[in-house]
Amino acid sequence: MTPSTAIDSRRRSRLRPGRVLLYTFVTLTAVVWLIPIVGVIYASLRPFADTLQHGAFSWPRSSFTWDNYRNAWNQSDIPHKYWNTTVILVPALGLTLFFSSMVAFVCSRYSWRFNITLLMVFTAGNLMPQQIIIQPLFQFYNHVELPSFLSNSGKLNGSTWGLILINTAFQSGFCTFVLSNYMKLLPKSLNEAARIDGAGVWKQYWQIIMPLTLPAIAALATLEFTWIYNDFFWAVVLEQQGADRPITSSLANLGGQYFNDDNLIAAASMYVAAPTLIVYFALQRYFIAGLTIGAEKG
Amino acid sequence: MATVTQVQNPAASVAKARTRRLRQFDGHDRWVAAAMVGVPTVLHVTLIWIPAIASILLSFTNWKGIRLSDIKWVGFKNYDQIFNAFQRNFFQALINNSVLLVFLFVGPTALGILLAYLLDKDMRGKRIYQAIFFTPVVLSLAVVGFMWKSVIYSTDNGLATQVFGDGKSMDWLGNQSFFVSFGDYGISNNFLAILIAIAWRHTGYIMVLYLAGLKSVDSALREAALLDGSNEWQVFRHVIFPSLKPINVVIAVITVIEALRAFDIIFVLNTPRKTEVLSILTTNNLLGEGGGNVGRGSAYATILFVLCVGFVVWYVTNHYLKTQEGAEE
Repeated sequence: MTPSTAIDSRRRSRLRPGRVLLYTFVTLTAVVWLIPIVGVIYASLRPFADTLQHGAFSWPRSSFTWDNYRNAWNQSDIPHKYWNTTVILVPALGLTLFFSSMVAFVCSRYSWRFNITLLMVFTAGNLMPQQIIIQPLFQFYNHVELPSFLSNSGKLNGSTWGLILINTAFQSGFCTFVLSNYMKLLPKSLNEAARIDGAGVWKQYWQIIMPLTLPAIAALATLEFTWIYNDFFWAVVLEQQGADRPITSSLANLGGQYFNDDNLIAAASMYVAAPTLIVYFALQRYFIAGLTIGAEKG
Repeated sequence: MATVTQVQNPAASVAKARTRRLRQFDGHDRWVAAAMVGVPTVLHVTLIWIPAIASILLSFTNWKGIRLSDIKWVGFKNYDQIFNAFQRNFFQALINNSVLLVFLFVGPTALGILLAYLLDKDMRGKRIYQAIFFTPVVLSLAVVGFMWKSVIYSTDNGLATQVFGDGKSMDWLGNQSFFVSFGDYGISNNFLAILIAIAWRHTGYIMVLYLAGLKSVDSALREAALLDGSNEWQVFRHVIFPSLKPINVVIAVITVIEALRAFDIIFVLNTPRKTEVLSILTTNNLLGEGGGNVGRGSAYATILFVLCVGFVVWYVTNHYLKTQEGAEE
């Protein structure tokens, strides 16, 4: 027996009661954490009359049913709302990653007079509460007019474009921070070698640095997909009415529409939750990497 | 544009490379770089920083929105109103933000660190536990708000009512009476109910960040300390925690920022009184019954800005100046 395995087995046997306590504590906490989620799924599968009569955590008196999902899909026009979210999410996500990778590249790979200052401006912009800027931003959006083929409201306010722009502007703060931390660690000689070979700034960005930054981009894409999809505040304020509202903020209104059927709303909210849950469980590794690149190097 | 002839003389090419390094951009590269930085910066500054400054300026006006020609300077009138006419809402919001700050540190932040520490002890099923604790973070607030409103806090058939209600209905989110009170202010019962929902979401976030930090701790350190006869708490307190200073700073920053900018869950679960925080007061002057009061809303926003800005600037300069030194070493 090598010394290290001896230590291992000694420690394990010494800590046995401790291990039991450990698993009990973590498992109990996990069960408590699951209650709200399980509760919503459970409610979404039952007729509301049953819940109303016996309580949300009662044993089911009638059999489970997909009716709530079917009704929510049809009555609250879920496909259309997914589409509204898609036309905001896809351009905003692409622009955010494109813009912030360019800023991070020029600021972290070259040193010039204001490179650090600019990184600070972007980082600080993302740390500030969104509510600080909402009053002037709302008025500004109200004063920018758009032709009717770009916006149903005739203004930036209430248009898909407005939400794409503000999501891009706000999220590029965090992405610039993370990407500049990442790019800074790539060897300096890469740029110099490329320069000697005659590659200009754009080529150095697109053909040398970006391919090496792909792990960070992939991680951020997963994370930002979730953040932008889940955005609630910009959509609630800047897209108050209309058929173009993304799915998350329109769900907030369902309460009024079907105030007497919580189980129907439970099913609708599962539709809202599904895309982020799928992305999270499928790409958990990238997701967590996106959160921790910023923190570890910070 | 290195040419073949230059390469033939090694000494000359090295000298050339050196001058090139000093001049990083030549010709139209300068313009390419300027455009790559300029376009995103213009967007970010126009939509984030100019409105932030505009908030400060508008807080000294009585503008109700719509026509720009209606903007009139009124000095400190909005602040005077906030401190003397709406002081009930304002100080209650300030108290709630402070309570939230303390609560986040002693509650979910501490729990998140504890869970990370426990999961890091090669627990079986670590990934499953991690997924469970982190799921609330990826859910939309619209979903989270509905979950708590209807599944947990519903007055008649919510879980909290069924467990604690003795068969009576209980108005968890509407109960404005104080749990702890000091004079006209205090911590209301419905705000406590909201705090629990916030904790549910905040814990997993901290846990994931801390787990990433713990991966970098040399396990030999922990083993050595345990063999020395230190108990778990001593090992964490004197070995693990101090070695994770960078991640501790990040977590402290995130917790403070979250306490100051808390909005979504409170907005969704908000009842008209006693649960307000500063971000809600700002938004109420835009969307709520007092909607369209740009001047007063901006004054609330400016107060929030002042509370955050010192902290944010401190963190950001610290981060970049520190890493800057590191890069030059």
